[in-house]
Amino acid sequence: VGPQGSSPPVPSLFPPLTVTSEQIEHLHRRFKQLSRDQLTIRKENFDSIPDLEFNPIRGKIVHAFFDKRNLRQESDGLVDEINFEDFLTIMSYFRPIEMNMDEEQLDRFRKEKLKFLFHMYDSDHDGKITVQEYRNVVEELLSGNPHLEKESARSIADGAMMEAASICAGQMGPDQVYEGITFEDFLKMWQGIDIETKMHVRFLNMETIAHCY
Amino acid sequence: IPSVSSIVPESCLLIVVGLLVGGLIKGVGEKPPILNSDIFFLFLLPPIILDAGYFLPLRQFTENLGTILIFAVVGTLWNAFFLGGLMYAVCQLGGPGLNHIGLLANLLFGSIISAVDPVAVLAVFEEIHINELLHILVFGESLLNDAVTVVLYHLFEEFATFEQVTIIDILLGFFSFFVVSLGGVFVGVIYGVITAFTSRFTSHIRVIEPLFVFLYSYMAYLSAELFHLSGIMALIASGVVMRPYVEANISHKSHTTIKYFLKMWSSVSETLIFIFLGVSTVAGHHYWNWTFVISTLLFCLIARVLGVLVLTWFINKFRIVKLTPKDQFIIAYGGLRGAIAFSLCYLLDYKHFGMRDMFLTAIITVIFFTVFVQGMTIRPLVDLLAVKKKQETKRSINEEIHTQFLDHLLTGIEDICGHYGHHHWKDKLNRFNKKYVKKCLIAGERSKEPQLIAFYHKMEMKQAIELVESGGIGKIPSAVSTVSIQNINPKTLPVERILPALSKDKEEEIRKILRNNLQKTRQRLRSYNRHTLVADPYEEAWNQMLLRRQKARQLEQKMNNYLTVPAHKLDSPTMSRARIGSDPLAYEPKADSENLPIITIDPASPQSPESVDLMNEEPKGCGGLPPSPEEDEEGLVMRVKEPSSPGTDDVFTPGTGDSPSNQRMLRCLSDPGPRPEPEEGEPFIPKGQ
Repeated sequence: VGPQGSSPPVPSLFPPLTVTSEQIEHLHRRFKQLSRDQLTIRKENFDSIPDLEFNPIRGKIVHAFFDKRNLRQESDGLVDEINFEDFLTIMSYFRPIEMNMDEEQLDRFRKEKLKFLFHMYDSDHDGKITVQEYRNVVEELLSGNPHLEKESARSIADGAMMEAASICAGQMGPDQVYEGITFEDFLKMWQGIDIETKMHVRFLNMETIAHCY
Repeated sequence: IPSVSSIVPESCLLIVVGLLVGGLIKGVGEKPPILNSDIFFLFLLPPIILDAGYFLPLRQFTENLGTILIFAVVGTLWNAFFLGGLMYAVCQLGGPGLNHIGLLANLLFGSIISAVDPVAVLAVFEEIHINELLHILVFGESLLNDAVTVVLYHLFEEFATFEQVTIIDILLGFFSFFVVSLGGVFVGVIYGVITAFTSRFTSHIRVIEPLFVFLYSYMAYLSAELFHLSGIMALIASGVVMRPYVEANISHKSHTTIKYFLKMWSSVSETLIFIFLGVSTVAGHHYWNWTFVISTLLFCLIARVLGVLVLTWFINKFRIVKLTPKDQFIIAYGGLRGAIAFSLCYLLDYKHFGMRDMFLTAIITVIFFTVFVQGMTIRPLVDLLAVKKKQETKRSINEEIHTQFLDHLLTGIEDICGHYGHHHWKDKLNRFNKKYVKKCLIAGERSKEPQLIAFYHKMEMKQAIELVESGGIGKIPSAVSTVSIQNINPKTLPVERILPALSKDKEEEIRKILRNNLQKTRQRLRSYNRHTLVADPYEEAWNQMLLRRQKARQLEQKMNNYLTVPAHKLDSPTMSRARIGSDPLAYEPKADSENLPIITIDPASPQSPESVDLMNEEPKGCGGLPPSPEEDEEGLVMRVKEPSSPGTDDVFTPGTGDSPSNQRMLRCLSDPGPRPEPEEGEPFIPKGQ
């Protein structure tokens, strides 16, 4: 971290990240706040965000920041700490759509975001979302309701899985087994939803940076 | 050869009908009725607005609220002043016939005609099925601009009586805008909350539940109109606020009733409005002034186009999803005027506004032009420009999971960034809602039910109803795939799905229990209650039998294809709605009836050992067989979705192809009396399929 006023190095990201330097300033300030002026952030630093406690899937979100696949590293697994460049890489998944994108760029844009989501669902990094992982997701989503039975979450996840199987694999005989949702199937499932218009965060008004512990 | 209705939108045809009827009446020599403004505002307009507000797609509406508000407020103001000013100029230059019309009168005229009309927009846009974004933009604008119209209208009407207009008056007028709009919303919210609260206690008088919705909404409208607040906004606000809570509380039938009544009333109102417009055109006194009318028309269009262009340029700076020129064109083109403008003008006082007839003529011309020309051409234009159409996707459980996941993810990212954005506040509102509001307004245990579960129940029920309605086994809807739990869970032992055979005496026991219970239910059903929608006990018994037979068949099907959420311990009306039948009503058993069997379901399973008591409204039964081998000891009990009350609406005809195993099972269930059935050593429930 350089002296006050110097702008942090803009990492070379692929595809090129078109955020303004102002937004990078804001994110850098936030990064410093989270890391308590260290160079890197660890998982524990995320615990200092008060609002994140209410989030049912906070585990998965924090996990996603340290996932090597999201950080565009070749290997698998998790890193222990991330620097500002990695932080920006993750944030780049949430940038809004731009007007002048052509078809191919748009497609790649969309695939990127969906891949991020896919990695969040697929916790064991095997490239498939199995029934167990899906059940895990639904359980986490419903974890805010303590009196709920596990059975309900399980049934919903199973029902959803069956629906996904019927979309992706069509009619299946009683002996065939649907292994899990692959990325292509995942794309199919998301066809109806405009992910590129939904999955973005506005970086506009960052003066009111939230308080940390 | 294209049919007339595919070219000409319905509203146009109705106006033509009105013209013909008016002409007929005039021809006979009678005086045709003119659209009375009282009737319009008190009886014809509210159903349409309530229908729109109750079924408003809230998610898209709130996502685009900023855009909609800017179009509604700024756009209407711009239209009004631009048009009023230009018309004043025209009047000054227009020669002797127009010179006397003052600035205020012109501004009033501008304010009347500048508002986009929700009735006309609904009528035309319903038929063209454009994508949701455009639809909600134009439609939302037409709803929200009512506040502006009301304020401007009353303001200019008042000012016309003043000798002099001071700055104070103008400032007060500016403030009154906020009072009118926010006041209207406030009134609507109050009544919405009252309705939601009332619906919490209606579990014993299901029959009048729809009445509360209609009554309180109408009162919201009237209260707002009484104080010159925006009645339309009150109506919308009350519909939006009451809907989630009311739907959680009321029965399935009430829900259907509300839906159909709203659609019916709004449909009738719309038809009447357009016909009356036609009749009034023939009947009214007209004063045709070429300059005035043509310039009105022209400037209306120009004002609309300019307004949309400028505002979109401004709005696009703040929107993530920008509005393309195509979108802008549709928005501009969709600015239809309608009956509200006509009625507002009709209300004008002759004393102060001698030129009312001329205004009326001009307004009618503009209405006709927008409805006929724009209404007719918008459909081919939409096709020509290849505007994105509405996607007919069915909400699936997967989508719901993904949407919720995405919401939480974005909220989390916003929190990490430290940015208090859209998702953050929405999440906070949801949490507040869950913690405090739902507890007050939703009855019983339903208040704690998370959205995902509620959605899943609703979907299940819908699918179950579809199954039953589609008839017998032969007509399985193609949406039901053959994917079953086996396909996704390879580790499940196949033996899990095959229900083990019982010993003979266990079987006998089960049958005896069922038979006894069958009798008991029937006795209860026979009692009379004024609130029960009972037709005829014998017909009802026959219906019951048929229904049960049908259900058993469907259940077979369902066993193989669906997993259902096991019976909730929670007392939930959704569960009761899962029973395909009429509302559960309380009744006492009658001693004398003995020839009709009844059913009490006693789900003797380890999971929910409560017995279903028909004295309560909500028996906790939900179809689906728990496939686990350890329940062998308890016996296999069919938890049938039972209509516990008489007066089933639908009579099902038994389908063809009764397999013998089915029949055996059905015979047990539909057994009308205590007849000992010498059953062979067959498993009670046939193995798999």
